[in-house]
Amino acid sequence: MIRILLPVHLRSLAGTGREVQVAVEGTPSIRSTLDALESQYPMLRGTLRDQVSKERRPFIRFFACGQDLSHEPPDAPLPLPVVKGEEPLRVVGAMAGG
Amino acid sequence: MNFKLKQSPFASGFYKKSGRPRRQNHRHPRCPAEAENSHQFILRVIKIILDYKDDNRYISSNQAGSTPERSDEMSNVRVLVGTRKGAFILTSDSQRKDWQVSGPHFAGWEIYHIKGSPVNPERIYASQSSGWFGQVIQVSDDGGRSWNPAGNSFLYEGETGTHQFFDGTQVPWEFKRVWHLEPSLTDAETVFAGVEDAALFRSTDGGRSWQELPGLRQAKGALWQPGAGGMCLHTILLDRHNPDRMYVAISAAGAFRTTDGGLTWQPINRGLLSPFELPDPTAEVGHCVHNLAMHPSRPEVLFMQKHWDVMRSDDAGDSWHEVSGNLPSDFGFPVSVHAHEPETIYVVPIKSDSEHYPPEGKLRVYRSRNGGGDWQALTDGLPQSDCYVNVLRDAMAVDTLDSCGIYFGTTGGQVYVSADSGDHWQAIVHDLPSVLSVEVQTLP
Repeated sequence: MIRILLPVHLRSLAGTGREVQVAVEGTPSIRSTLDALESQYPMLRGTLRDQVSKERRPFIRFFACGQDLSHEPPDAPLPLPVVKGEEPLRVVGAMAGG
Repeated sequence: MNFKLKQSPFASGFYKKSGRPRRQNHRHPRCPAEAENSHQFILRVIKIILDYKDDNRYISSNQAGSTPERSDEMSNVRVLVGTRKGAFILTSDSQRKDWQVSGPHFAGWEIYHIKGSPVNPERIYASQSSGWFGQVIQVSDDGGRSWNPAGNSFLYEGETGTHQFFDGTQVPWEFKRVWHLEPSLTDAETVFAGVEDAALFRSTDGGRSWQELPGLRQAKGALWQPGAGGMCLHTILLDRHNPDRMYVAISAAGAFRTTDGGLTWQPINRGLLSPFELPDPTAEVGHCVHNLAMHPSRPEVLFMQKHWDVMRSDDAGDSWHEVSGNLPSDFGFPVSVHAHEPETIYVVPIKSDSEHYPPEGKLRVYRSRNGGGDWQALTDGLPQSDCYVNVLRDAMAVDTLDSCGIYFGTTGGQVYVSADSGDHWQAIVHDLPSVLSVEVQTLP
């Protein structure tokens, strides 16, 4: 299971706690993990990435294991600790607005 | 919120119409007796009276979901307020003096618009959006006590095409947010959405899925361009006499009408004059229309708050004439019509497109009882010094109680009510986040 930490506005939208867990088949990547997340929580479709292009929304970032994965190719494998469930994938709303 | 890059020379320092003689150009219908014999005239008068009674009965029952015999003393009002940081629901009885406040709903999100179904007042639609997380549509079936996310996929039909950008280049249409939700007059599951970049969508399944009415963008869409607030479709008027006829308004494209249920659209901007915003002041499209209003009993008569100018049409938008009259400034955003007096209209003058606050720091609603031209300042209960708030286009509404209530919200977070058609005002709340929209439901 992949552990995902959601920002507060998406927790309230999805009606979840801080952390959700999703099952991902094959080698987990950002793309397949978000596919699983949106399948489990359909109300999150369009809030993290564009509905059609699937590109990350500009103010959304993905952090894990002390790294910024936001600019990694969407099909790049997630770090092993994330795959093992030892570390969460953090979805972060970028600090913006001054 | 919505001004073009080419600013008016009147934008700072003085108001556009100061010192100019008031124009008496609003039209009055020709006396029917001129063209009809006495028998025809009497029949026509009887029909008008019956139609008018029917329309006013409809307004009450339509908005409130109650019977025509409803007693106002038993009624309540529910005010739906969208703000920059959530939605608030304000409720009161028919006296409209004591209020309960619920919220914030969707705390931290921008609520551009929230509106109830005329068919089922417990069904409420809300447009929830965020610069971070995009667009969400929320639906309530219990009058706003609980909410469920609905569909948020707004995909333009067919070839997306391009429209003008600020610099005159062509850029592709790109969905950004829903500005306005207009529930159907006959079906609680049907709702229209006006979006940015400007287009009209419809859902017939309670907001779960959305389909564009692409004919609108065929109405010279390549020439439309954003105002400073974005290229938004912000006004949708439904004609209960003719379900195939709708009006919409877009900043900065103008007003448009369909008479075939949304299949095809035509610009209805003849008579609008935009000398400071457009190279061709009388262009067919490109005018910065801020808001439209009509009384349900007279769908041929439209009122418009344009960027500058308050306008009126007596022929369903085929032509417009100015009714700014003696307003201290004819810049502004909302325009509303009294629930029971189709010739009584309201605007809130704002100083200019670069100074979005009331002239002289005095918050004044202006009322015309003759359909524009002659305006009276309504000030009792409103701040008359040092007030520098704005009132946005969707932030004014009227209820349908016998003593018509007028409501508006400000960018300073106040929501005001007048329970007597504007003569006296009180603040319901003082300190909400900046108000984006105000709607009111009259409930049994």
